[in-house]
Parts: sequence; structure tokens; C-alpha cells
Amino acid sequence: MSTLLTQIAMESTTSSDAVSMAGWLLIALPLAGAAILLLGGKATNSFGPAMATGLSWASFGLGVVALLQLAAVDPEQRSTHQVLFDWIPAGAFNLQAGLQIDTLSISFVMLITFVGSLIHVYSLGYMSHDPDKRRFFAYLNLFVASMLLLVLADSYLLLFVGWEGVGLASYLLIGFWNHNPAYATAANKAFWVNRVGDIGLALAISLMFATFGAVDFASVDAGVGGASSAALTAIGLLLLLGACGKSAQFPLQSWLGDAMAGPTPVSALIHAATMVTAGVYLVVRSHAIFEGAPNAQLAVAVVGAITLTYGAIVGCAKDDIKKALAASTMSQIGYMMLAAGLGPIGYAFAIFHLITHGFFKAGMFLGAGSVMHGMHDQVDMRRFGDLGKYMKITWITFGLGWLAILGVPPFSGFWSKDKIIEAAFVGEGWRPWVFGLAALLGAGVTAFYMSRLFFMTFHGKARWTDDPPQHPHESPLTMTVPMMVLAVGSAALGLILGPTNIFSNWLEPVTGHHEHHEPVIAVPVLMAATLILVALGAGLAWVRYGRDEVPVNAPAGNALTQAARKDLYQDDLNEAIFMWPGIKLVRSVIWTDNELVDGGAMGLGKLTGAASTRLRRLQNGYARSYALTMLAGVVTVLGALWVMN
Amino acid sequence: MTTLLPTAFTVAEINYWAILPVLIVFGGALIGVLVDAFAPRSSRHSIQVALALLTIAASFGALVWKAVDNKGATLDGAMIIDGPALFMQGSVLLLSFLSVLLMAEKFSSAGADAFTPMGAAVPGSPLEAAATRAGWGTSEVFPLALFSVAGMMIFPAAGDLLVMFVALEVLSLPLYLLTGLARRRRLLSQEAALKYFLLGSFSSAFFLFGSALLFGYAGSVKFSALSQAITTAPADVEGLLLPGVLLVLVGLLFKVGAVPFHQWTPDVYQGAPSPITGFMAACTKLAAFGAILRLAYTGIDADRWDWRMGVAAIAALTMIVGSVLSVTQTDIKRLLAYSSVAHAGFILVGVLAFDATGVSGVMFYVLAYGLATIAAFGIVALVREGSAEASHIAQWSGLGKRHPVVAGIFALLLLTFAGIPLTSGFTAKFAAFAPAIAHGGTTLAVLVVIGVLCSLVTAFVYVRVIVLMYFSEAQGEVRALNPSVLTTVGLAVAVILTVALGVFPAPVLDLANQASQFIR
Repeated sequence: MSTLLTQIAMESTTSSDAVSMAGWLLIALPLAGAAILLLGGKATNSFGPAMATGLSWASFGLGVVALLQLAAVDPEQRSTHQVLFDWIPAGAFNLQAGLQIDTLSISFVMLITFVGSLIHVYSLGYMSHDPDKRRFFAYLNLFVASMLLLVLADSYLLLFVGWEGVGLASYLLIGFWNHNPAYATAANKAFWVNRVGDIGLALAISLMFATFGAVDFASVDAGVGGASSAALTAIGLLLLLGACGKSAQFPLQSWLGDAMAGPTPVSALIHAATMVTAGVYLVVRSHAIFEGAPNAQLAVAVVGAITLTYGAIVGCAKDDIKKALAASTMSQIGYMMLAAGLGPIGYAFAIFHLITHGFFKAGMFLGAGSVMHGMHDQVDMRRFGDLGKYMKITWITFGLGWLAILGVPPFSGFWSKDKIIEAAFVGEGWRPWVFGLAALLGAGVTAFYMSRLFFMTFHGKARWTDDPPQHPHESPLTMTVPMMVLAVGSAALGLILGPTNIFSNWLEPVTGHHEHHEPVIAVPVLMAATLILVALGAGLAWVRYGRDEVPVNAPAGNALTQAARKDLYQDDLNEAIFMWPGIKLVRSVIWTDNELVDGGAMGLGKLTGAASTRLRRLQNGYARSYALTMLAGVVTVLGALWVMN
Repeated sequence: MTTLLPTAFTVAEINYWAILPVLIVFGGALIGVLVDAFAPRSSRHSIQVALALLTIAASFGALVWKAVDNKGATLDGAMIIDGPALFMQGSVLLLSFLSVLLMAEKFSSAGADAFTPMGAAVPGSPLEAAATRAGWGTSEVFPLALFSVAGMMIFPAAGDLLVMFVALEVLSLPLYLLTGLARRRRLLSQEAALKYFLLGSFSSAFFLFGSALLFGYAGSVKFSALSQAITTAPADVEGLLLPGVLLVLVGLLFKVGAVPFHQWTPDVYQGAPSPITGFMAACTKLAAFGAILRLAYTGIDADRWDWRMGVAAIAALTMIVGSVLSVTQTDIKRLLAYSSVAHAGFILVGVLAFDATGVSGVMFYVLAYGLATIAAFGIVALVREGSAEASHIAQWSGLGKRHPVVAGIFALLLLTFAGIPLTSGFTAKFAAFAPAIAHGGTTLAVLVVIGVLCSLVTAFVYVRVIVLMYFSEAQGEVRALNPSVLTTVGLAVAVILTVALGVFPAPVLDLANQASQFIR
């Protein structure tokens, strides 16, 4: 079978258009789905969700074809570029809209379309009773199309279009139940915080245009050698700002927790598996810039290290199952950022962890959705307990995800996260110790909070609410099948792609080859230390949340717990640093505008008006005086010219 | 003197394909005269409308099909069909097609159209009342408009001063008549027509006088000969050149409404029937700028350092007076008239760039402005209080609530006039100002600064109207009539093109760029 597929792929590559043909269709199919559902109105209610799901799978099918075609050719040639149309022809600056299909983008295409399609299927069950199902699927399709555009774009500007597209889809889906004001506020918050990051990306693109005279990947990569390091550092830092906004990295991480207001499949797809990892993609895609700007690269690693610690601490204190998972997502993306900031040694692992994380985190979110489905949308983990007995499939699939994120061998996380920890310990001076220890300790804390979540939900005594009375039950097959598929991925993907080095070799044409370096601590020692820490974390969680009684109401806890519950006071900090001065600024600007600008403008306006009234008298309606004016004009101009010449 | 006379008479070569579009329009106009004489009154209007539209469409077809491949001087250099001429002719045809659609509007109720039932009847006389009762209409407007269109097509393609003068008269005489044919406020309309005629004749006299001086200077009326003479002419006739150039320019600047030759504009725009005002504002301005470009770039360009400052001063004055005076206008048509004066100043800045990009910028500007203007006067004709047009600006308050579509379109057009980005007005201003800055030195840079400041003043005027339409309470019984299919199509096309030229101007800009080379 596989030889047959390879053969088909070989044949179609001979006509070199084939891969790129698939390229635009990949995006066009889900986009068409979104258009049909949004424009078609109620007529599409009956078949809409199924069609959206079908289109998403079709996109996945095309992705597979493109993947096979890429795999069939030599590694050096694994990059095709298709020009779609002249986008902005403006004199010397001629930007074409094109798609770039290479090993990096196709890896993302596979993740987006596969996990995306599974979540479409899951949503068929999860959203079956929602009156606005059609709109939901339209937005999902819009998201898939935008995300594919983001990763397939051949220029930063086209990437920005996709970037804004996923931002829009995310906004629409977080606020999908916007009749609830809190949810609408959450959507707005995500929107605003993302704007800050988007400004960074927009400025980075402008700066690229100023520095390189072009904004497509090929020209920018080629121009890096000739650019000043100051310009590269500025571009790198602005790109990082953009990445922080989209990927919920410090200091723009505050929106992700609130974004959990959206329907759970959305949290799984957008706010765990795909969109939030776009920042990592951006950094890896721009590796040439970051390699030319070591300071910006260091900033990426620092941001990653801070966020992974921050997310881990917050995750320990959250009682809302989705918010705990969101904190975990933040922390895991911190790992990826850290890896991306380590340079060539880390790129492949950043993307590898991104892919495995996409599987196990999406699986766990779907599991959380399944739990909520069976528990009347309860999200407080202190009101769960003992659910493993009633929801066997959810329990097992979630368990596999849990083992994967803990990094227990041989599950996926072990292969990707341990590599990042190893890579973080490579280097000289203070860096390996700071980054390495942060990554190592983070793994222990991750084990604690994920186990806490797992045990509080599925083990211990039942602490269900009586009102309404709970009758936990397993979810329908449309929901559990995607969970099972993702669980298989969580369990096996790392084992298949990791130790065989398939994935790092696959990405080499994009990320470049790097020499192997030894960490400052021997690898076996590191591995043992990681596993011991994980075991300690999980054990502590078992003692406190599995064996012991879990209080229904959260205990007061110490200062750190209280701080972590409030996201380490991030919102208060934002208010104090940004909002309060902002409000002051606006008030003073309004005052200036009223008093000075308006005064000036009014004065000028009055002056113009007065001049107008005077001039108007010349327009007296008599043809004779009009003719006289003409004559006077001719004589004046002629006289003046004569004098001048 | 003997050297000036040809030794033997040679037959001029005529490339009929090149001038076919013009001939078609003349032919259509002549048939229109016959139709008015012989067709029964009941079907006259529809025949005339169909004939006019068909003629314009056929002419456009001939232009695109044949004339574009037959570039060059023809009629012994009396007409020059080159890129700018073709672009201007095509634009005139497009704009006049839309204008005819609006002129044909009769509305559902009798007596709601723009034209008097009988132009020859004295206003308020029993004869007029009888004609109104009989439901007559002035179907002569269509052949008259076609004659004018033919003149406008020759104007930018003229190869010598005499043909240019004939074209000027051919396009002007029908307009004088059309101006006096308004159905309502007929006295105002006739006064406007007479003023237009008197001042137009006055400016024609300037043009003729200037032509005579230039003939004396160069020994020929041909632009090519004039251009040559400027470098070779003996010093004893040098004194004829500058007055000649200036007087000819005055004749043309009168047509575009440049200060101080602008004072007819508000009176005539106000008095003429609204569809005619739109036609006049869009097409005359376009053709006249075509002629100015032709004269300035192929005839007197070698002498430009002498007269450039004079025209620059006129441009500055035009922008300032046009925009400042628009501030105190209370009549919507007079407001648009002063806005058209200000726009003439903006376009003149582009003309003075003396570069091919300036030519294309000006051509784009007049086309974009023409489309928006026709649509704007089309809207003006729709908004009524009772049977009369609601011409006072105060009557437009609250229109946004009663007629959101009409007010929305008008607001869009006003924003276009103001040159807000993403409208064609912005692209046009940019296309005209950018070459001026690039090729014009300090003088034009100063003009561009003045232009931008004046845009600001006019923007205030336009936004005030928008604010009035949307944020004031409605007064009186102002309503917008329901237009027929013809007007709807005309308005829709004009508005869609206006939006398209703003959002996606590249194809038309490219076309203008390709068509920006004059043949001398």
C-alpha cells in the first residue's frame, strides 16, 4: 500500500505543479465551507456541520498527498513554492501572494488538518444540541483555513493575513456564547491582548521592508547577512512580541485563561493544539533573523523559561479543569519557546514537542469536555472525583495524555520534552544552568499539577453537587472516537518519530543541520533526575489529592497559592501598569483636545469662514463684473510674467 | 509672406479608422435631429435615449476595436490620435453614457423630470402651462448632448489651435442651450445660460486672440510648428509668444473653472438641470484638461519656464478660493460647484509636473472625479421637497434616517471628493501630487502643501454635510424619489467604479500610464 502511494506521489511530482496545486486547495476548501455556511443561512443548517467536517477531512487528504510527494523527493528539494497572484504591485516593491510548502509547513498542515478534523467530528457530538451549530462550524472552518494560510504563506505579510484570520476566528469562538457577558468580556480581553502582539508583528514587517526592501521569507533570509545587527535585533524583538501575544507568553499571557470561556472543542483546537503555537512557528520560521541577532534569541529563551515556570506555578492552584489545562498549555509552549530560543539545537525539538503536545493536550481538552458533558458543564475539579469508574474511555484516553505530558517513557512527551531539557543544558556560562534547571524543575511541577488534575477528577471520593443531581455517563461515540485517536497519538507518536530521528531529519532542510553538543551534565544523569522529579511530583499529588480527602471548598492556602490562583496578579499588574496610566493619558489628551486643539481648529475655522464671507461678495451675480474679474486676472498674470521675465 | 503659402495643394490623408469614434457620435447626433423632427411625440423620448446610448456605445466600440490600433496624426496633423487622446475620448464616452442614463430619468410621476416641457416658451406663460399639461418633454437634449460629446472628443485630440477652437465651440454651444432647459426655477436657469454664453464668448475671444498672436509668432497654427518655432523663431517676434500662450490658456482655464475665470461655475451649476450639471462638470472638465495637456505638453512646453509661474499662481489661487468659498455655501449645487473649482486647482498641480506620470495622474484624476461628480448630481436630482429639488443644505438634514441608501451613497461620494484613503479621490490626489513633487521642484512642492491644506478645508465642508445627514433631526417633507432602472444602473455603475478605483486602482492607473505618451 505504501509503495503504491509513494509511486503515485512519484508520478505526480514529475508534473511539478501537483504539490502546489494541493497548496491553494488546502486553504480554499475550508474557506469555501466557511463562506457557504455563513452566507447560505438557515438553508445549510441540515447538512452544514457534516459538510464542514467533510471539507476539513478533504483538506487533510490533500495534506497527506502533499506530504507523500515531499517525502518522495530528495531532502534538498523538499520545498516548493507556488505563486498565486501579484498581490501588491507598487513600483519597485512587488509582492506576490504565494504558498511555500516545505517540511516545516507540511508538518503544521498535518497537525492542523488532522487534529482539526478530529475536533470537527468531536464537535458534531459536543455541539449537537446547540441552536447555533452552523455558525460554530463556519467559524471552525474559517479557523482551519486561516491557520493553513498562516503556515503556508511565503511572506510575512501573507502570514500576517492568516495571523489576523486565526485571531478573528479565535475571538469569534471565545465569545461564541456571547449572550453571557463574562464570555464576551473574555473574548474582548483576548482581542486586546492579541492586538498588542499584532502591533509588534506589524512593526516587525514594516522594519523588514525598511531593512531588506522585501517581506517574503526567501528575500529576508537572503538579506540577513547584509543587515546591521541593531536592525536584526529590533526585528527579532518585535517578532517575539508578536509571538508572545499569539502564544500567550510572558508578559502577554493573561488572556489564555479567560479564553477558556469558548466551547471546549475550541479550547482544544485553537487554545491548545494549533493557534497558540503559531508564535513558536513564527520564531522557527524566522530562525535566520534570530541567528543574526543573539540578543533577540536570548530574549526568546528567557521568555520561554519565565513562561514555563509561570504556567507551572499557576497550574498548581487552579481548580477549574479547563483553566488548569490552559496554564499547562502556557507552560508547555514556554518549553517550545525556550527550545526555539536555544538556536539550531532546539528548533527541531521545539516543533517536535509542538506536534506531540498538539496531540496529548487536545486529547486531554477533549477529555475535559467529555467530563463536562457528563457532569452538567461543571468545571470545578473539587466537585469531581471518582469519575474513572463511570467514564472508562475518557479515563483511559485522558490517562494516556497525562502519562505523555508527564514525560513517562515510552509516551510521546518523554521523547520531545526530555530532549528540550537536554538541549537546555547545552552551552557555556550561566545559561545552561538557568535554562536547564528551569526546564528540569518545570518538569517536576508539571508532574505535580497534571497528576493533581488527573487524580482530583478521576480518583478519590465522589464530591458531586446535588443540585442538579449528577449522573455521570460516557459520551457518545462521535466524541470518544476522536479522543481515542488522539490518545493513540499521545502514546505512540513520540516513539515513532523520536528515537528514530525521523522528525529532526525531516525538518533539517528548513532548520539547518547542527552539530551534536554534550550537555553540562551527562545525559543519563539528566534523564534519571527528570524521571525522579516527575515521580516525586506525581507521588505528592497522589498523596494529597488521590489518597487524602479533597475539601470541596478550596482552603485558604499560603501566599504563593493565593497568588497563583489569581494568575500571580497578572491582571492587577496590567491594570496598574497599562490601564491606569492609559486612562490618565486619555483624560489628559481629551482635555488638551478640547482646550488647545479644538480651540485652534475652531479659530482657524472661524478665520476661514470670515475669509469665505468676504470673498463671497465678489460673487455678486452680475456677468459684467465676472467679465471684469477675468480681464483683471489676465492683465495681472500677464503683467506679472512680463515683469518677471 | 510667400514662404508661408503652399506651392501646390496636396490632399490631406485621412485615417478614417482613427476618427471613426468621433464620426459615429456626429452621425448619431444628426440622426437625433431628424428623429426630433419626424418621430411622433409619444415615442420620441425613448427613441432618442436609445439612439444616444447606442451611439455612445458604438463609438466606444469603434474606439476600442479600431482607433487604438490607428494611432498617429491624421487630417494633415489637424487631429492627433495618441494615448492621451484615446484615454480622454474613452473616458468622455464612458462618462457621457452614464450622464445620458441620468438625463433620461422621467420618474414615475409626470413632470418630475429635469427638463422644461418647452424651452421656447416664456417662463410662466400660458404656452408653458399648456405644454406642461400636454406632458411634453424636451427630447432635443439628447442630440444636443451628443454634439457636445463630439466636441469634447475632438478637444483633447486637436493638433492645431484652430481645430481646438472649433472643438471648443462645438462642445460649448450645446451646453449653453442645455443649461437653460431646467423645468423648475426657469428664470434662474435661463439667466445661468445667458451668463455662461456671455462669459464663454468672452473667453473664446481670448482664445482666438491668443491664437492669432501665436500664428503671428510661429507662422502656423499647428502645435508641432509652434513647438519648433519656440526654439528657432527670430527675436523680433519674441514679444508675441508669452501673451499668445497666456491668452490661449485663459480660454482653456475658463472651461475648467480656474480662478479668476471661475465665477460662472457656481451660477451655472446651480441654474442648469442637475443631470446636465453632472454631465458638464464631469465631461467638460475632462475634455478641457485633455486640451490643456495637449497644448502644454506638445505645443508650448519648450517655453514653459516663462509661463509656468503664472499657471502655478492660478492653480494656488484656484485651490484656495475654491475651498475657502465652499465653506459658506448653503446650496448643495453651489457647494459642489466650488468643490469642482478646488478640484480644478488640484488637477492643475498635476499638469505642471511636466512628466509622463503627471499626464497619467491627471487623466486618472479627471476620470475618477468625473465618475463621482455624475453620481453626486444624480443623487441631487433625487432628493426633493415637494416637486422641487431640495437644494438648500439644511433640507438634507436627517436624510440618513429616512433614506439610508441614498444618504450612504452621497456620503461615500463626499468622502471621495475629500480624498479619504481607500476612495478614488485619495488615489487620484496621490497620482496627481506625487509627480508634482517628484519633478516640479520647490514651486510645485509649495503648491502640493497648499493643495493638502485646501483638501483639509474642503474635507471639513463635506464632513459637515455628512454630519447633517446623519446626526440632525429631519425637517420638512424631504424625500428621495424612487429612480427608474436607467438611473439606478447609471448611479450604480458610477458608484461601483468610484469604489473600485479607490480600492483597486492598479488596472486603470496602468492603463493611464501606458497611454501617457503624446505623439507630436
